[in-house]
Amino acid sequence: MPKPRTNTPVAYRDLAKAIRCHCLQMTHRGKSGHVGSMLSMADLLAVLYASVLKVDPADPKWPERDRFILSKGHGGAAVYAVLAERGFFPKDWLNTYYLDNGKLSGHISHHVPGVEFSTGSLGHGLPVAVGMALAARQAGKKHRVFCLLSDGDCNEGSTWEAIAFAAQHHFDNLTVIVDYNRVQALGKMEDVIEMEPFARKLEDFRWAVQEIDGHDYVQIETALNQVPFVSGKPSWLLARTIKGKGVSWMENTVASHYGAVNDEQLAKALKELEVAQ
Amino acid sequence: MRKVFNTELLSIAQRDKRIFMILADIGYGEIEPFAQAFPDRYFNCGVAEQAMTGIACGVAMEGNIAITYSIANFPTLRCLEQIRNDVCYHNANVKIVIIGGGMAYGPLGISHHSTEDLAIMRALPNLVVVAPCDFAEAQAAVHAMIAHEGPVYYRCGYKKEPPVHDGPIDFRFGKALTVRDGRDATIIFTGTIGYNCKLAAEQLAADGVQCRLISLHTVKPIDKDAILRSARETGAIITVEEHNAMGGMGGAVAEVLMDAGGLGIRTRRLTLPDVNVCKVGSQDWLREQYGLGVRHIVQAVKDTLASSPAM
Repeated sequence: MPKPRTNTPVAYRDLAKAIRCHCLQMTHRGKSGHVGSMLSMADLLAVLYASVLKVDPADPKWPERDRFILSKGHGGAAVYAVLAERGFFPKDWLNTYYLDNGKLSGHISHHVPGVEFSTGSLGHGLPVAVGMALAARQAGKKHRVFCLLSDGDCNEGSTWEAIAFAAQHHFDNLTVIVDYNRVQALGKMEDVIEMEPFARKLEDFRWAVQEIDGHDYVQIETALNQVPFVSGKPSWLLARTIKGKGVSWMENTVASHYGAVNDEQLAKALKELEVAQ
Repeated sequence: MRKVFNTELLSIAQRDKRIFMILADIGYGEIEPFAQAFPDRYFNCGVAEQAMTGIACGVAMEGNIAITYSIANFPTLRCLEQIRNDVCYHNANVKIVIIGGGMAYGPLGISHHSTEDLAIMRALPNLVVVAPCDFAEAQAAVHAMIAHEGPVYYRCGYKKEPPVHDGPIDFRFGKALTVRDGRDATIIFTGTIGYNCKLAAEQLAADGVQCRLISLHTVKPIDKDAILRSARETGAIITVEEHNAMGGMGGAVAEVLMDAGGLGIRTRRLTLPDVNVCKVGSQDWLREQYGLGVRHIVQAVKDTLASSPAM
């Protein structure tokens, strides 16, 4: 396994802030939705791309790279933002997000350097990640596979089919991270499909589970540097997050899944993110 | 035909270490030799076709060839979105194999009839759609499928389908095969209904009508040249397929003719009616019941030749 790498909370915070600012600006410019879902996972992406994932911006298809699949493809702008910050492609591409002849589509696309797989319909990421973990193990390769899911992803039957299969075959080169903000497209999780006790469900499915605060950089880094949590088991990181994190009026709201900020709201949101430093 | 498929795949997999079978708990009595020979390349996902397809896609994305395999609609309709978004969009080297194309599972009923698959599968970009008519095509199609870089849909038969081709064949994806030549009309078929077409052509020949008989084993990419050449040379095209009336092989041929300006020829499509097949019986009996018997094909050719080419 690769040697654990660490970074400073300040570095993570700066990267997460950059991701959040890009997402607000991109969705504002594109008049597109899902910004709450992007803000929610910004801290997870910051730690993943600042230290955990073995990837090479100069060689996005490097065979030994860790594979990262964003299953919640609607949050793709946040991954585009972190990839641009890491130098996978020029930052000015972000200005074309969602626009005519743009380089970046609303849902994440593998046509963008550094993106492993396209998603957009939920429940697709984990089976593919499991297949990649299978192929890596069969070939004796050391890279790892990470898959970031949303709450909605965990409603899909295909996700649970893949959960059962991964445990059956002891894929400990596979890590799932759930952006567990407990808000989905039409309401709060407790009013749609309550998953609690979520950790216990996964333990019953024979996964090794850790539950953390998905906005605490030290907890995120510590957990991700411990994978596999248990040898011979796939790892499930339940990262408790806040939808719309960082923008006061968006936090924990269903509305943050829809619509873009207007000019005035954008200025206010960017100011909030600045003050939070 | 499924035995031919599995035997051929096993033999190729001895040489090609990239081949994985990713199954959904179907294949009893057929897949065991592969499982025993290559336990590290054989995975049963359980009764979970969506995961099967997604996992196969992930395996293929890592430089392998992943075969998914199940009965009739199970590896297609249940997981259609995985085929579209995961396999086809990423042009992943996944081969989707169904056993029992058309009504091969006869009395098992509609859940096991694959009768809309050609229309649905051929609508997906990047996907090759192939339906072998006999053992010779089935065997050759396995090699073509493995050699092809990208996704393939392979509509396999189920039992001991009789031969359609009399001699060796030069099988290539996208190149239709002429089973017999003729100048009065052309019968174009796909899949195992080809045997009924062969019998019909023989009967028509005895009645003095010389039909060209073409196996359009690859429904996509379609052999436009063979269709247009036959249209020009015989002036009549009759398509025959064990498939719903909507959007299948006959529809694909109609698209080719329409794009070419119609050509003013006589045409007819012989398909299943646009109904749910609810009668109970063997494949042969069902073909008779739903208008795909030898006599139906003979009559369709005669009716077509008696009709006026212009509207």
